Amino acid sequence: MQEALRFQPVDAEPVDHADIVVKSRHLRRVTDNAARGLSLTIRGLRKAFGDNEVLRGIDLHIPSGQFVAIVGRSGCGKSTLLRLIAGLDAPTAGSIAFGEEPRAQDVRVMFQEPRLLPWARVLSNVEVGLGRERSSADAQARAERALVEVGLGDKRAQWPSVLSGGQKQRVALARALVSQPRVLAFDEPLGALDALTRISMQQLLERVWRDQGFTAILVTHDVAEAVALADRVLVIEDGRIAEDVTIDLPRPRRRGSAELAALEGEILKHLLEGSEDTL
Amino acid sequence: MSLIDSLPRVGAPKLPKVDGLIPWIVPLAIVLIWQLACVTGFVPSRVLPAPTDVALAGWKLLLSGELVRNIWVSFWRASIGFVIGGGIGFAFGLANGLSQLSAKLTDTTLQMVRNIPHLALIPLVILWFGIDESAKLFLVALGVFFPIYLNTLHGIRTVDPQLIEMGRIYGMTDGELFRRVIFPGALPSIFVGLRFALGIMWLTLIVAETIAASSGLGYMAMQAREFMLIDVVVLSILIYALLGKLADSASRALERLTLSWHPAFQKK
Repeated sequence: MQEALRFQPVDAEPVDHADIVVKSRHLRRVTDNAARGLSLTIRGLRKAFGDNEVLRGIDLHIPSGQFVAIVGRSGCGKSTLLRLIAGLDAPTAGSIAFGEEPRAQDVRVMFQEPRLLPWARVLSNVEVGLGRERSSADAQARAERALVEVGLGDKRAQWPSVLSGGQKQRVALARALVSQPRVLAFDEPLGALDALTRISMQQLLERVWRDQGFTAILVTHDVAEAVALADRVLVIEDGRIAEDVTIDLPRPRRRGSAELAALEGEILKHLLEGSEDTL
Repeated sequence: MSLIDSLPRVGAPKLPKVDGLIPWIVPLAIVLIWQLACVTGFVPSRVLPAPTDVALAGWKLLLSGELVRNIWVSFWRASIGFVIGGGIGFAFGLANGLSQLSAKLTDTTLQMVRNIPHLALIPLVILWFGIDESAKLFLVALGVFFPIYLNTLHGIRTVDPQLIEMGRIYGMTDGELFRRVIFPGALPSIFVGLRFALGIMWLTLIVAETIAASSGLGYMAMQAREFMLIDVVVLSILIYALLGKLADSASRALERLTLSWHPAFQKK
């Protein structure tokens, strides 16, 4: 049933029993989330590159399965924070603790660039995401499932060079998902896509997050994207968390609705005020 | 093949056989004009023998077994020298591309040696090795070393660091990272080096054989000069051209085979 629902086009009319499916999915999400997503506690986190202190003391708790968006002007340290969470860089001071000790494949990152291996077929690129389990017997089957998940099951034998920008990013998403991570960090993954592709990618992100229940941390410069997707938006300014906004709106959220616009306006106003100070 | 099949390609009708012949039109035309110029006496045969005379000389040498023996000797020298020089160049390229220490230790020295024209070493090489096989192999190996070394090094250094970071994030071991990311990424550049090296390989060998040898194509040409056998001289030159083309085609075929992922090698 779950599978059948995934194959439905995004705009398909819900059928009668879909209600039940949604409910069961919701139930599953609630029960699974506790098990799937990892919670995250950050204390006194600092990061300096030479004399340049990018992060100046971040304290943050992210409950398991929450979708957090981090916004801020460029150079505010949001990407640095994400790289520290993903373990790509080491902090200068402070600590990042997960709810339980994560295995290597529990924390995955998706970048603005797809970073696909141009010399590997789409399916092998997804298999890369399995990490140490690449050589296991069901590796290929799992990679295929992840590709179907992002709607690219028919592209498995293609070279990445023939895919469009949005398709490449979906392959990168499949690669990040295939190991069933418990924390997924997105570093402006939709930044290079055109407006329409962005919206369908946002819907895809939201869907896989709801299905798989990982803890999602999305760095973006697009405030509209942040309020549309996230449970909670963090505004980072001068290396600190300047605002922590809870977006308590039901999903799926309607793009362009008044509530979203109001929240977006509020956060934007804050960001712009900040920039006037420094100008 | 119906008419409809050919419709989508109106601009470029599909004639594979003719297509493959197009590159040979110009060489064939040159040979034809050459033949005409000789037959009409426009070019005296003392200066340039007619293609038919060259072919005849080739036939005679083929029957005597001399031609095959000389080509074989030259081909053997070229391959062995190439394998030795290319192998060492590739190894240094890998080592210096992957290890900072190795690069610091050897790159400066190699760059200095590179700037000596290797053919300038011929007198020294003759003093060291005589006109033995090892002299020719040494020169060919030295000649092919640098293009392979430089391009391997360049290829490895220019692999996209974002892909390397990606590989590390997804838990690739050093060996896997090399096999799945670094080496395939460096391959296009390595092929550029390979093709340069093949050109230098023939050049070096021919020069070495004309100066110091008792067999091989270069030797055959020099002998012919002594006896004013101009048709054999021209024959040798044509054989160089063909061998060069052969080596180039082989490396292209290898490129197509291994770089099929590259947009430049994908069938349109």
